[in-house]
Amino acid sequence: MGLLDQQFNQGGILISRVDELVNWARLSSLWPMGFGIACCAIEMMGAYASQYDLDRIGVFPRPSPRQSDVMIVAGTVTFKMADRLRRLYEQMPEPRYVISMGSCSNCGGPYWQWGYHVVKGVDRIVPVDVYVPGCPPRPESLIGGILKLQEKIRRESLMTPVALERLIAKKKGQPA
Amino acid sequence: MSTTSAPIDQLHARLLERFGPEVILGTDLSCSPAALLVAPAAIEGVCRQLYEDEQSYFDLLSCITGLDGGPEAGTLEVIYSLYSIPYHTHLSLKVVLPRNGEGEPLPELASVSSIWQTANWHEREVFDLLGIRFSGHPDLRRILLPADWQGHPLRKDYKEQEYYHGIWVRYENERL
Ligand code: SF4
Repeated sequence: MGLLDQQFNQGGILISRVDELVNWARLSSLWPMGFGIACCAIEMMGAYASQYDLDRIGVFPRPSPRQSDVMIVAGTVTFKMADRLRRLYEQMPEPRYVISMGSCSNCGGPYWQWGYHVVKGVDRIVPVDVYVPGCPPRPESLIGGILKLQEKIRRESLMTPVALERLIAKKKGQPA
Repeated sequence: MSTTSAPIDQLHARLLERFGPEVILGTDLSCSPAALLVAPAAIEGVCRQLYEDEQSYFDLLSCITGLDGGPEAGTLEVIYSLYSIPYHTHLSLKVVLPRNGEGEPLPELASVSSIWQTANWHEREVFDLLGIRFSGHPDLRRILLPADWQGHPLRKDYKEQEYYHGIWVRYENERL
């Protein structure tokens, strides 16, 4: 901030659209729920740690789904885990996102054929926003996935589309 | 470390003398360590004898393995890997059970968990994956798969269920 604050006069005003401001705030502080469930979790932990330092982009893990914005599913999802995973996802406040990290949670990974215990893709349980390929993906890939999610959030709008609602109401009001 | 070859002949002779040829059915030297074939009904007695006898003193149960011979062979096998710490000797015990056909009750074998505590979880695993019941087991539940899973996946003729709690189980896309 040392450089940035030189660019404004004291007490300066920033003009922005509410959408953009809200989205900027949301995408700059994506708090993931710690959800390491197999080997991929090691790379996720590596990404959190000092070498890659996800704190730089506002990502740091929360121990509770109620404080999280994004669930990083890092590892093999077994059927025994499936119910728990869905339950945790449901406990997250909206808007919420899911990053599927690694082949296992993308599609079953090395267990796709004979893994009777593995859910062949976490998207069979919860909706996935970003898939990160690899077995395991390197921390760079995970960071890439988070940046992709940021792009996605940047394009979103949480405002009620008032004009659209008026239009729909008008249409409904018309005799068919 | 090279292990002293188990004095299989001595053990065989000693057990044969005590239990007779209806119980100690023979030896299998192709196994490593060499195995004694034991009649299913007597497994607990033989184990207790091997455990308590000062001359064998198998105080450690390293593993219990389950095997499915398949529907043609019609057999299920349980292999106990024993180790005696003071004598540094290894021994396998092999039990061959008749395989249950469809709709028939699961085959039963006496639990050895009252002799070696280790057997508790090993027997639960064999029950979970191969469907062999251990009578006298204190807590015979599935150990790896969810409690309401259907079937025993390491059976040669295992067919996985279509859905588990609404999740499509197979890798191939669900045909709706
Ligand atoms: S994708 Fe590979 S590294 Fe990741 S959890 Fe699966 S097996 Fe482990």
